[in-house]
Amino acid sequence: MKDLHDTARPWERPLLRSPFHPRMEALNRHSSWAPWSGWLSALDYGDTEMEVSAIRNTATLYDLSPMVKYRVAGPGAEAMLDRLTLRNVAKLKPGRVQYTGWCDDDGKLLDDGTLFRLGPEEFRLCCQERHLPWLLDSAIGFDVAVEEVTEEIAALSLQGPCSASVLRAAGFDIEALKPFQHDTQGGILISRTGFTGDLGYELWTGADAALPLWDRLMEAGAPWHLRPVGSTALDIARIEAGFIVAGTDFIPAEQALREDRVLSPLELGLGWMIDWEKGHFTGRRALAAEREGNTSRWALVGLEVEGNVAAEGAIVYRGKRREVGTVTSAIWSPTTKQSLALALVEAKHAASPDLWVEIYAMRELRYAKLMQRARPAPRPFFSPARRRATPPGAV
Amino acid sequence: MRSALVIGGGANGLACAFRLAKGGARVTLIEAADEIGGGARTMEFAPGFRTSGLAHLVHGLDARAAKEMGLEDHGFTASAPLSTTLPGDTPITVSPRGEVTGTDSAAWDALHARLSRHAGRLAPFRTMRPPRLKGRQDWRKLAPTAFGLSRAGREDLRDLMRLALTNIADVAEDELTDPRLQGLLAFDATLGAWAGPRSPGTLLLYLNRLAMGDVRLPAGGMGALATAMARATEAAGVTIRTGTRAERLIVEEGRAVGALLSSGEEVRAATIVSALCPQATLLQLAGAPALDTGIVRRARNMPFRGAAAKIHLAIEGDPGLGDLTHRIVLAPSVDHVERAFNPVKYGEVPAEPVLEITCPSAHDPSLAPEGRHVLSIIAQFAPHAPKDPAAAASAFKEAVWRVLEAAAPGLRSRTLHEELLMPSDIEARYGLKGGSWHHGDFAVERMLFLRPFEEAAGYAAPLPGLWLASAGSHPGGGVTGTAGWNAAEQVLRAA
Repeated sequence: MKDLHDTARPWERPLLRSPFHPRMEALNRHSSWAPWSGWLSALDYGDTEMEVSAIRNTATLYDLSPMVKYRVAGPGAEAMLDRLTLRNVAKLKPGRVQYTGWCDDDGKLLDDGTLFRLGPEEFRLCCQERHLPWLLDSAIGFDVAVEEVTEEIAALSLQGPCSASVLRAAGFDIEALKPFQHDTQGGILISRTGFTGDLGYELWTGADAALPLWDRLMEAGAPWHLRPVGSTALDIARIEAGFIVAGTDFIPAEQALREDRVLSPLELGLGWMIDWEKGHFTGRRALAAEREGNTSRWALVGLEVEGNVAAEGAIVYRGKRREVGTVTSAIWSPTTKQSLALALVEAKHAASPDLWVEIYAMRELRYAKLMQRARPAPRPFFSPARRRATPPGAV
Repeated sequence: MRSALVIGGGANGLACAFRLAKGGARVTLIEAADEIGGGARTMEFAPGFRTSGLAHLVHGLDARAAKEMGLEDHGFTASAPLSTTLPGDTPITVSPRGEVTGTDSAAWDALHARLSRHAGRLAPFRTMRPPRLKGRQDWRKLAPTAFGLSRAGREDLRDLMRLALTNIADVAEDELTDPRLQGLLAFDATLGAWAGPRSPGTLLLYLNRLAMGDVRLPAGGMGALATAMARATEAAGVTIRTGTRAERLIVEEGRAVGALLSSGEEVRAATIVSALCPQATLLQLAGAPALDTGIVRRARNMPFRGAAAKIHLAIEGDPGLGDLTHRIVLAPSVDHVERAFNPVKYGEVPAEPVLEITCPSAHDPSLAPEGRHVLSIIAQFAPHAPKDPAAAASAFKEAVWRVLEAAAPGLRSRTLHEELLMPSDIEARYGLKGGSWHHGDFAVERMLFLRPFEEAAGYAAPLPGLWLASAGSHPGGGVTGTAGWNAAEQVLRAA
């Protein structure tokens, strides 16, 4: 059989292996993998329920390496990123992280992600989609260099109420680290960030230092039953936390085939990010017009759905009759013991007390059609105090 | 009264400044060169020999500007419309009204009438804001034009639709038999374009040329036209400052509010109009950081492929090219024009360029010493970015001389001075990127609402307070003032 690794046709090649792959593969009982931006990523390690439970009760490891990462550096980096993104980058101090977004000229969201300020003139931008051409064109006129560093950097997300204890046991000093801060210890960058809405950290290091980091954490975390988790469990946690995902809860503006499918940050509930005072940024004029004209068409809302069935892909109705939106993400939440959903609803109906979702529940080869009341609810749906406690408690 | 700053003192800048002043604005016009005119300047290229330094014919001068500016009252005169001579054993003459000598005259007449009819229906588009691709239309102006097209009759309309995107070579070869007349069509359709006669869309370029009307030689060279426009503009109350370069725009709170000058001085105005190239205006004057990234992309992707070289000759005695009051075109066939274009695609020099020759001193003897003449020649096609610019210039000059000597033996020995401007020289002297006379390729895909690109096509730049008024905007190139006048109309409507 020919070696597909050597084929000239990249789409025939096997997916890239994460630097952590040897460890992940050994633990992945079902060989349950899925593609993520060209990489092989674990869907689960054999028991999703236990993995979700671990995120909320003990400590978990998730391989973040496929996350797309860009290095933005130079004297003009701050100004360039201020022009690119919605938030005020001048206010982002070294050692801190911003959750941010960026738009095209029409003020439609291209992606969201995290922006790390590594130094006065050096940043790292982490996101779901690939944006190098857009970033390079956004760098024109600024004294800045942009490069993709996805393959160079291995990253693990350590999440859960015991995550601080695991880090302490592994020899890291994280007592003073507040949410959205980062610190580098022994060549490993630790940020108090994550996608679970819980106490948690992300650890970033060179790809060649990946396996020792994994081993160090797994060994130190053994007393807390530290276990790896896959994307299925993480997705449940992120919906409980109310986070949105590119391609799931919104179509990145560069990928939308239908011109009315693009969404603005105002429509996606990200209006709080926009710094209207910082000066020009791409999409500002369009967003200002949307704000002033009150022309937002959609609103991303959190919904608490009656009953115990996940409302995946459900149509949202007002008064049971009128279609006003679509559920983009939905779960039965084991943590809150509720059916939770994120939905795009026509802006004028977004706060209606009369919203319903139509669920087709497959029950032993027969569909049960349910019309369930859905109440708009603030996000996050689940937000434990330990998420913000500094120093984190010892458990 | 609102204030306006117009940057660039070519025909478009002047026409725009004049119209704005007439509309009640307090206007300042700045020009980087010491002399007004931009591409419409008269140069002394050798002692005692003066000629239009770039464009050399009055063609398509905006009728609104000419009338309201009263250019004749300000001392501007031009020749009668020029006939065109196609040299050969039996020279062919094409009169300004399109009548030709020779055996092919009936076919030429029919074709000329047919294309002129189409051109006449498209001509109104030149003096209006281009229709929008989406959003609100200016039906007040668009409706009569569209109605005019629809009234053309089914046969005519079908003919226009069929011709619109075709190439000039097909039409020339279908309708005419004389190679020199075919060559003339091919030459005129591709003059100033980065296209050969078999390139698609060249028929539309020819219709645009017809819509611009007849060609005349200006007394005193093109500089005299610019001087008259400047006088009219100053008489309208505009302050003209030459030798004043705008270094960059002042942008405050997302709005262009003024310009920083080379002197360090700041000039502020409610409206800024740039009659410079759209790309330079956006990327250098406004600067990429003041724009959205998508706009930066669009501006950077504009093509600038000038392929016309300019040649000035000082001649002892009669050049020997026949009637010097005519425009002389040396393009013996369609294939000659196509072959002259082919090498340019690869940055190379053609063996046999095609030429448009005028003799400004035949109309205005003051341009040359007595008994001598000036020839002003546009030679195509010259590469805008050859690998070895010096070698390309030298090869191109020799190629032009081969063509000239074949048409007028001994001309070179009677030549006292010569000047060749390759596209790169034109860029250096006139600031026209890529040597593109039109501030960006003029082609079907860069016309109307696609000129310079969709987001900037209505003269309003994608930066509030800034307007675009150069040949890089609709309706494109030539020393016409139309883009400037159209832009001023839009500025005044928006005010």
